[in-house]
Amino acid sequence: MEDLVLTPGQYAQLWNGALATVRILAGAFALGLFLSLVVGVGRLSERKWVRGISFGFVEFARGISSIILLTIMVIAIPILLGDVFPWLRGRSVAVLGAIALGLNMGGYGAEIIRGSILAIPKGQGEACIALNLSPTQRLRFVVLPQALRIILPPMGNLTIEILKGTALVSVVAGFDLMRATQNLIAGMLAQGALGVTVLFINVLFIYFILAQGVNGLFRLAERVLDRRFEQRTGRSAVPINVAATAGS
Amino acid sequence: MSTNVTETDRTDLSDKGAASVRFRAVDKAFGSLTVLENLHLDVEPGERVVIIGPSGSGKTTILRVTMTLEHIDAGTIQVGGQHLYHEETSAGSLKAASERHIRKVRSNIGMVFQHFNLFPHMSAIENVMLAPVKVHGTSREEAQHLGMELLAKVGLAEHANHTPGQLSGGQKQRVAIARALATQPSVMLFDEVTSALDPELVGDVLKVLRDIAEEGKTTMMLVTHEMGFAREIADRILMFDKGRVVESGPPSQVLDDPQEDRTRSFLGAVAEH
Ligand SMILES: Nc1ncnc2c1ncn2[C@@H]1O[C@H](COP(=O)(O)OP(=O)(O)OP(=O)(O)O)[C@@H](O)[C@H]1O
Ligand SMILES: [Mg+2]
Repeated sequence: MEDLVLTPGQYAQLWNGALATVRILAGAFALGLFLSLVVGVGRLSERKWVRGISFGFVEFARGISSIILLTIMVIAIPILLGDVFPWLRGRSVAVLGAIALGLNMGGYGAEIIRGSILAIPKGQGEACIALNLSPTQRLRFVVLPQALRIILPPMGNLTIEILKGTALVSVVAGFDLMRATQNLIAGMLAQGALGVTVLFINVLFIYFILAQGVNGLFRLAERVLDRRFEQRTGRSAVPINVAATAGS
Repeated sequence: MSTNVTETDRTDLSDKGAASVRFRAVDKAFGSLTVLENLHLDVEPGERVVIIGPSGSGKTTILRVTMTLEHIDAGTIQVGGQHLYHEETSAGSLKAASERHIRKVRSNIGMVFQHFNLFPHMSAIENVMLAPVKVHGTSREEAQHLGMELLAKVGLAEHANHTPGQLSGGQKQRVAIARALATQPSVMLFDEVTSALDPELVGDVLKVLRDIAEEGKTTMMLVTHEMGFAREIADRILMFDKGRVVESGPPSQVLDDPQEDRTRSFLGAVAEH
């Protein structure tokens, strides 16, 4: 068992790497979720040009491989667009990497959102029209709250895919868990293949824990949502005063 | 939840009274299937019209185009004297209505569906309060008060905090009726509102419909297969076939002494069940 344990110094490095990975993931997730919502809803817009742009984005974001997107984002974009968006210049690889992964996630996430909106029975939208809700109100108060329950499981899977994708950031010279691992390997060659294997087993385990963390968060969200659905029984959100109203 | 109400969305929730509905030369087709053809129909303010007819004859479609769930292909529909699908230009001619105009006129219309279409993630009272609060800008307190009154009226005050999943079909339909009433429509449309219910639950829903009829505040257009109820509630019965009114008159005439063969055979078929 002891053979599988690394030194505290090595763990410290891996810890830094893991933190960097989580930060990249969080940034990619925030952007990805935002894009998913906007583009997913846009795919169903009544306006043709909105549908067109959304469709174009989805095809772009899904069609281009993550590693190529990352490379373009990190190397080419600051040069190409740096003049127009000065903000892009001098951004860290982590930030640019998170943007690339977020774009990637947005493409897949948009399709998840679109699918879940389409899964809501047509009668729900018709009831909204009959009550004269605006299209935005329909989405916000009726469709999305119901769609959320359908969105969560595939969105959790997608987030884990993106977690795995963060390892690619090391390829374009960013710092993350994978890069920390590679740095350690460089200093471990003397220990031979066994040492490297032990290192990778540890790294594997850390990725596993991170994935379980993501899983856990999504499960929790699902449970909170389910409980909100069920729990509206007896106990009153609205005080009931039958005597006062029945006679009127 | 903040309210999302703009000035133009606000419609007065005070009693507007019943309104007329006038169809003029209305056509509606789905692809190559013509469902309504050159339909002319006048429903007077406060009138209770029951539409009967064989399956596929276009009964639901009439209600749906009145609710703007489907748009018409030709002709005009007026509700309370206002064009639903058209706006009058300054020159006096008609042009296609803007979404905003449609919303304004639509605020006078309410509909109850065969399959309830309640919002499953909201309690009964929240279902009822949604439109008053979000569409009409009523305060939550006022909307809640109104909502509880309406739920009491349909016999469901004790169920205010139950979600649709916890209600029987008949209770769901009564919540749906309360929800439609909450916007105080001048015209109410009922599409086979009891046909998805177990027989023993039909009575409670019909009672609520009778109460609404008795108050006489709204024009009612009902599609139903409950002939006994139709006879009792209708001022006028429209026999519908292939998108046209075959026969129209008071229940005593259309149901007891039909003039048209088509009506006779339809009533015969219904009576056998
Ligand atoms: N959205 C639609 N797309 C295509 N066809 C439709 C659509 N809605 C209705 N139809 C067709 O139009 C015809 C009239 O339908 P409608 O629902 O108005 O009949 P109905 O009189 O209400 O019949 P039922 O008694 O069975 O409810 C039917 O043939 C139906 O199949
Ligand atoms: Mg029908």
